[in-house]
Amino acid sequence: MYLTKEEELILAGEYGFALQKAMEILVALGEIYGADKLIPIKSAQVAGVSYKNIGDAGIEFLKDFVDAGAKVSVYTTLNPAGIGEEVFMEKQREILNLYKAMGIEITSTCTPYYGANLPKFGDHIAWSESSAVVFANSIIGARTNREGGPSSLAAAIVGKTPNYGLHLEENRKATIIVEVEAKVRGFADYSFLGYHLGKALKNDVPYFKGLKVKALDHLKELGASMAATGSIALYHVEGETPEYKEALVDSVERLQVGDEELKEVKERFNAEWEEIDAIVIGCPHASIQEVKEIVELLKIREKPLKIPLLITLSRVVKALADALGYTDVIERYNGKMIVDSCLIVSPVEKWYQGIATNSGKASFYFSSAGLKVRLENTDELILGAP
Amino acid sequence: MRLKGRKIFGGKAKGIALVSKKPLSFLGGVDPKTGIIKDVESDIRGESVKNRILVFPRGKGSTVGSYVIYQLKKNGVAPRAIIVEEAETIVATGAIIAEIPMVDKIDISKIKTGQFVEVDADKGEIIVEE
Repeated sequence: MYLTKEEELILAGEYGFALQKAMEILVALGEIYGADKLIPIKSAQVAGVSYKNIGDAGIEFLKDFVDAGAKVSVYTTLNPAGIGEEVFMEKQREILNLYKAMGIEITSTCTPYYGANLPKFGDHIAWSESSAVVFANSIIGARTNREGGPSSLAAAIVGKTPNYGLHLEENRKATIIVEVEAKVRGFADYSFLGYHLGKALKNDVPYFKGLKVKALDHLKELGASMAATGSIALYHVEGETPEYKEALVDSVERLQVGDEELKEVKERFNAEWEEIDAIVIGCPHASIQEVKEIVELLKIREKPLKIPLLITLSRVVKALADALGYTDVIERYNGKMIVDSCLIVSPVEKWYQGIATNSGKASFYFSSAGLKVRLENTDELILGAP
Repeated sequence: MRLKGRKIFGGKAKGIALVSKKPLSFLGGVDPKTGIIKDVESDIRGESVKNRILVFPRGKGSTVGSYVIYQLKKNGVAPRAIIVEEAETIVATGAIIAEIPMVDKIDISKIKTGQFVEVDADKGEIIVEE
C-alpha cells in the first residue's frame, strides 16, 4: 500500500505512540484487504462503548490510549452505552469519559444521522455500528466498510481509512436481485424480511424489486435486521435509494421472497403477551416520526399500558420529542424514554423474561440472550398490548 | 522447515506451538485472566495460550476480541506470537495493539502442537523444528 511521507513518519512514531498505533492498525488492514492507499474521511462513528461488550480489557486499552495523548482528528460520535447496576454504571461512565478525553462527542446513539453526525452522498466515512453502516451506505450513499470498534477509532485519530471494500465503486454494485412478492406493510414486516435475508444472503449487495416504501424508518429497520442476522453493509431499492440506477449489472442471481419465508420468522418470535414484561421500541434508535406514530396510537388506545413501554432514542430526537409534547403523552401511558443507551447492550436478561418489539435486530439479540420474544408491527404492539 | 508468509505485526519470538484447526473467537473463547481456551467448540479447549506460539486458521466472533488479546498481554498470559492462515480485522487489530508478532498466509497444516517454532514476523517468516 502506498503511503505519503507524512503517513510514513506517523508509522515510524514521529508523531507519538497513539498516532503510531492507530496508523499501524490502518496499514495492517489496508494490506490485508488489498487497499492501494489511505483516503481522508469526513466522520467516524465508534462502536465498543458498552461495558458489557468491551469489559475491563477495553477500558485498559482506552486508558493507555488516552494517556498516550490520543485525539480524534475528524468529527466522531459514539455507539449507545449500556445500562446496568451501580458498579456497571461506574465502569460505563469511565468508558464515556475516556472517549470524551479523545475529543469524541458523547452522543451515544446508533442513529447519529438523525442529528449530530450526518454525512452526505459520496462522503467517505469510517463507521462501526452495523445498522448505521448499512443506513449510511444504502440510504445516504456515503461510503463505509463495516468497521470494528478499534479500526473506526484508529481511522478517527488518523482522519483516514484504507481504500478498499465499499469505498470502491465496483464493490457497490448489486450481487443479487431480491424480488419481494410478500406483503410488507409495517416496521415489523421489514424486520421479517431483513431477518430472513440476513441469514440467506451472507455478504451480498442485494437489489430489491417490488418494495413500495412508505417510511424511511422501514428502510432503516430492513438494513438493521439484515446486518444483525448477516453481514449486509449495502443494499439498493429500485426507485428509492440513491444509487439504484447504477447498481444493476448483467447476470446476477435472483431470489424470490414470499409470505411463506416471512411467516417462518414471524412464527419464531410469537411469544404470548402473558410471557412479556416490557415493550421495547427504538432498535435502531427511534426517529421523531416513530415517536409521533406511537403517540397517535396511544391516543387511539386510550388506556395506559399495563407493562412498561421502553423507547430508546438519541438525545437529539428526545429533545425534539420533549419540545413537541410527545414525551409527556408517552409517560402518561406508562412509557419511558431512554437516551444514549440500548437494551441489547445491557444485561437485560437480569430484568425481563420476555420482550415485545417491532425490531428484527432486537429480536435476534434478545432471543440470543435467552429471552422470549414477540415481534409485531408498531400498531399491533401498542393497540394489542395488555 | 522454513515457511514464508506475510507480516501483520513485526517482531521476533520463539516457543512451543499450540495449534487449533478451528477458527478461534477471543471474546468468550479465551479467558483474559488466565489465557485458558474456554470456547466449547474449540479443539484446544482447556489449553493455555500463555507463552505459546498460537496457530489457528482465522479469528471469528465479535470485534471486541481485539481487546481480549490486549488484556491477555496486560495480564502476562499472551501468546509469544500468532500465526494464522488468513488475517482478519479482529485478530490483526488485537496483535497490533497488544504488540504481539503476527504472521499470516501460512499453511498451518504443516505445524503440530508441541513443535518448536521460531517466528521472524518482520520478514514474514517462520521456522518449524522437525
